[in-house]
Amino acid sequence: MSNIANIFDNNKVAKTGETSKESISGEFTTLNLGPTHPATHGIFQNILKMDGERIHSSEQTIGYIHRAFEKLAERRPYTQVTPITDRLNYCSSPINNIGWHLTVEKLIQAEIPKKVDYMRIIVMELARIADHIICNSVIGVDTGAMTGFLYIFQWREKIYDIYEELCGARLTTNVGRIGGFERDFTPELHKRLKAFIKDFPAALTEFSNLLERNRIFMDRVIGAGPISADRALAYGFTGPNLRAAGVDYDVRVMNPYCSYNDFDFTIPLGTQGDTYDRFMVRQQEMWESLKLIKNAYENMPEGDYHADLPDFYLPAKDEVYHNMEALIYHFKIVMGETKIPAGEVYHSVEGGNGELGYYLISDGGRTPYRLHFRRPCFIYYQAYPEMIKGSLLSDAILTMSSMNVIAGELDA
Amino acid sequence: MTSIDNTYLLQLVQEKLGDDLHHAAESFGVLTVEINRHKNIELLTFLRDHKELQMAFMTDLCGAHFPENKNKELAVIYHMHSLVNNIRLRIKCFMPETEQIIDTASIEFPTANWMERETFDFYGIKFKGHTNLTRILNMDSMTYHPLRKEYPLEDATREDKEDKFFGR
Repeated sequence: MSNIANIFDNNKVAKTGETSKESISGEFTTLNLGPTHPATHGIFQNILKMDGERIHSSEQTIGYIHRAFEKLAERRPYTQVTPITDRLNYCSSPINNIGWHLTVEKLIQAEIPKKVDYMRIIVMELARIADHIICNSVIGVDTGAMTGFLYIFQWREKIYDIYEELCGARLTTNVGRIGGFERDFTPELHKRLKAFIKDFPAALTEFSNLLERNRIFMDRVIGAGPISADRALAYGFTGPNLRAAGVDYDVRVMNPYCSYNDFDFTIPLGTQGDTYDRFMVRQQEMWESLKLIKNAYENMPEGDYHADLPDFYLPAKDEVYHNMEALIYHFKIVMGETKIPAGEVYHSVEGGNGELGYYLISDGGRTPYRLHFRRPCFIYYQAYPEMIKGSLLSDAILTMSSMNVIAGELDA
Repeated sequence: MTSIDNTYLLQLVQEKLGDDLHHAAESFGVLTVEINRHKNIELLTFLRDHKELQMAFMTDLCGAHFPENKNKELAVIYHMHSLVNNIRLRIKCFMPETEQIIDTASIEFPTANWMERETFDFYGIKFKGHTNLTRILNMDSMTYHPLRKEYPLEDATREDKEDKFFGR
């Protein structure tokens, strides 16, 4: 608890509550940053109490795009909850979708073929790369380096092309089903994936060269918005933000799902927990993700692309037209008449920005009795006032973009 | 890596709480304990400060509403995680609707701050000692707590409403 004082030790403003010597007028100014300020990248409102150019204190208002997902989920059959999860962290929707499928599969104790696991790893790691591309390139934009953003962003497009080939959608993917995927990887998808694996390293290297050791960039981000490991843990940080502070907690390693334990990969760590470390952790994670995709793709086992779960997995359309049993199952699934065991389950996956958890209470009915999403950025965004206290306004903007706060997930 | 398992964890909780531990069960590998809600902070800090266990990471905090559960209608559910031993514990504190108040965990666990506000917003559960217990996701002028079961979502099959745009 004593660390707050340490971080801002030399910050007299925070300590005494009086204006500093820098202040000309000797008065605080209230500045309303947001809710629709372009630099906040989403609908966030921060009411800042400014002492000159420094932030004395701040107060956040959230909930501008609250859509009551937890309530909506209580009326929807299990298969219909997937599109809701898309809209949490919409920068990496496939992770959310698959996380939900895994939760239900855990509840019904389904056995999933190895091939599905590997396909899921490929899709989830692509999503992680897409998520990190957005976050890191936007940090560049906020420091005034537009070039990296413009160059790397076409690779997010290429990832979206892969999603499109897999499920037909690009942003809110609704990918996969409970039990697997709706279709196998198509030849076109193989082509796109191979091209991505081959060409992305050069693009990522190019992006790294632009920023990672760029003196101007480093001077700008090192020391901006730091948080210590203790405080990060106390605030429930997870994901790259926690790892940047030096704690090696990664759900993929701690509680492996989807056969992540079949692969060898490193968890990049930072030391200072500042903007530069968060940026670097994400950079390194993209390389690790790429390695995972490559390994999973090369070692893809033979088998079916979905589990044998007639109660949950929609039968092929052709079957539905010609086979009575398939028609019945199709009807039952679509109308949400499938039997679900009662029970409660917590399952978490490593989302783009942290531990994305699903706490599901089922009473055996057609819909979840209670579904709670543990949204990582809702939990860590509350540390923001502490992280920007005493810093410059421009650093506060950087800190926010480096925390990867996604409005959809924050407000659920 | 470690010898701490659910049996040992339950034993620790039992020793700490005695009769205040109402029920314990295991669900998908996670130990779930129902406790006297007045002991919540005592147990949470005990688990956090335990030398060997170090269950300091509050993964999640949420509410739930069970209207049929007489005198135990509302619940606050904590998910604790020991990152050192990689073991999870789910703690449930039930309370009657007539007395929906529980001690805040936000003093000891800063991360609980917003999660308690969210629970208050959705369920109306009050957290005693919370420094800023206001609505967080819904607007301040709202007069009800929407996730409670007495507010059902509109029945998707109803026919008495006409909507020419969405073809109800």
